Amino acid sequence: MDYHILREFADSWAAAAMLLVFLGAVVWAFRPGSAKTHADTANIPFRHEDKPADPGAGDSLRSDDGATR
Amino acid sequence: MWDYIKLIALGLAAALAAYAASQARDLPYMVNMIEAMLAAVIAFIWILRTMGDPKPSKNEYCDGVIRAGVIATTFWGVVGFLVAVIIAFQLAFPQLNLEFGNGMLNFGRLRPLHTSAVIFAFGGNALIASAFYVVQRTSAARLFGGNSLGWFVFWGWQLIIVMAASSYLLGGSQGREYAEMNWHIDLWITVVWVAYLLAFLGTIFKRKEPHIYVANWFYLSFIVTIAMLHLVNNLAIPVSIFGSKSVQVMSGVQDAMTQWWYGHNAVGFFLTAGFLGMMYYFVPKQAERPVYSYKLSIVHFWALIFLYIWAGPHHLHYTALPDWASTLGMVMSVILWMPSWGGMINGLMTLSGAWDKLRTDPVIRMMVVSIGFYGMSTFEGPMMSIKAVNSLSHYTDWTIGHVHSGALGWNGMITFGMLYFLTPRLWGRSGLYSLKLVSWHFWLATIGIVLYASSMWVTGIMEGLMWREVDAQGFLVNAFADTVAAKMPMYVVRGCGGVLYLTGGIIMAYNLWATVAKQPKTAEASVAVPAE
Repeated sequence: MDYHILREFADSWAAAAMLLVFLGAVVWAFRPGSAKTHADTANIPFRHEDKPADPGAGDSLRSDDGATR
Repeated sequence: MWDYIKLIALGLAAALAAYAASQARDLPYMVNMIEAMLAAVIAFIWILRTMGDPKPSKNEYCDGVIRAGVIATTFWGVVGFLVAVIIAFQLAFPQLNLEFGNGMLNFGRLRPLHTSAVIFAFGGNALIASAFYVVQRTSAARLFGGNSLGWFVFWGWQLIIVMAASSYLLGGSQGREYAEMNWHIDLWITVVWVAYLLAFLGTIFKRKEPHIYVANWFYLSFIVTIAMLHLVNNLAIPVSIFGSKSVQVMSGVQDAMTQWWYGHNAVGFFLTAGFLGMMYYFVPKQAERPVYSYKLSIVHFWALIFLYIWAGPHHLHYTALPDWASTLGMVMSVILWMPSWGGMINGLMTLSGAWDKLRTDPVIRMMVVSIGFYGMSTFEGPMMSIKAVNSLSHYTDWTIGHVHSGALGWNGMITFGMLYFLTPRLWGRSGLYSLKLVSWHFWLATIGIVLYASSMWVTGIMEGLMWREVDAQGFLVNAFADTVAAKMPMYVVRGCGGVLYLTGGIIMAYNLWATVAKQPKTAEASVAVPAE
């Protein structure tokens, strides 16, 4: 193993593919409808501070309107 | 049943370690094996005595291990800063390499002790404790593996620290920057790190929230990348399984590149990504408002991940490394400036609409200054990675100043903020013992960093200029010893900055102790009940 591996990688489509994956992630972040999801996700630190979610509550806790509960 | 398996494993581990110690070929290895044996024996007795105890409720967070992490972070922080002050003054006054230290307490042995103590003991404990806190709260789930896995990670990590520290003092080192631990400690690190990954990832898998909060993305990338870096950088073949010496698999420029690929990404993922995870949780919590832009945090994350891994070659400008590789490292480092500042803006703007808290809350002031230093050092870094600048700055104290504005300013201050946030909550106290002492800590630490960074800028640039100064005939004007003599006053200033920073750390330790010991318990666990 030597630094030529890095060279091969940098010269090949692999580097371009990584760039595309990155751009894809950015586009995905700005997809329509993401604002509501993100507003809900950004509020995660403000719930369940003291105790884990009730085991009976099921997997998804997000209310339909995406608001903080 | 499970407890019996643990007892057998620990018993075997203690016996093997005792045998290895008896066969040891060198002192660091023997001492390490005795430490491993003692750890196994203590764990054996502890498991034996707690067997059959009632299991803790599933419907609460594992906070015991986080409390221990807060104590360990504070303790190792003060130890690391103390060693820092000692070696800073050893550089200014070589007489402090004392005779009775008999080779064990001189600069060369204490320096890796300092770097490992602050990065892996102080920073590592802060990262492990905060990751366990954040991942449980943001997943609304109890830590995967429960108390046993959590405590294994915690005590396993402390054993690594003790083994590494005693090994350095006794001369056991494989001589790799920030990875001086010998092969047998490296193997143990791997085991503990996999357990850490398991606990973290398992908690994410059983989360009750539909989404994974951004802080967890940063923590996870830090854990996974450090695992990869650790394995590749420490590829070595031991000379004997009963000795600490090993031979590296790679050599020459490949080895140099591997070391700096590790070294720079240790900064990028251990000291940046992990601590950004802290920022994305504790800054919104302390400011009591969600992060400024969640979209920006996603872009910040992916840009940082894709760019950081390329930046290592900038440590090897004008060496045997091919030009294209160092140019690649330089370009990627300069691009890296963008996501770093995106993250800084995101952290700072979280306070928009709550800037008044800066006046009243010294904890948030600490966090804001830490983000400010994050921005400053991520501007300075790309600038220093440019070849023309690097030809002046490389091998000088400017680099040391840069590292410390990042480490003391960014990592230190955000960790202090995290400790001030967690202590009252974890011990169920209504608030900190004294905000005034937090203010004292804040100013002592800030002035300490300013003294440190400014003296290192002066001495670094001076020494770079002196090294390249030539007379009319083309001869070098200055001998190396001339630069050493010229740097003396700045070394004293740097040491004084360190004393201020250490004093701040001791004040914090007292304040955190008094928060728990001198105040009544007000609540069972945390204080704030979330608005339902």
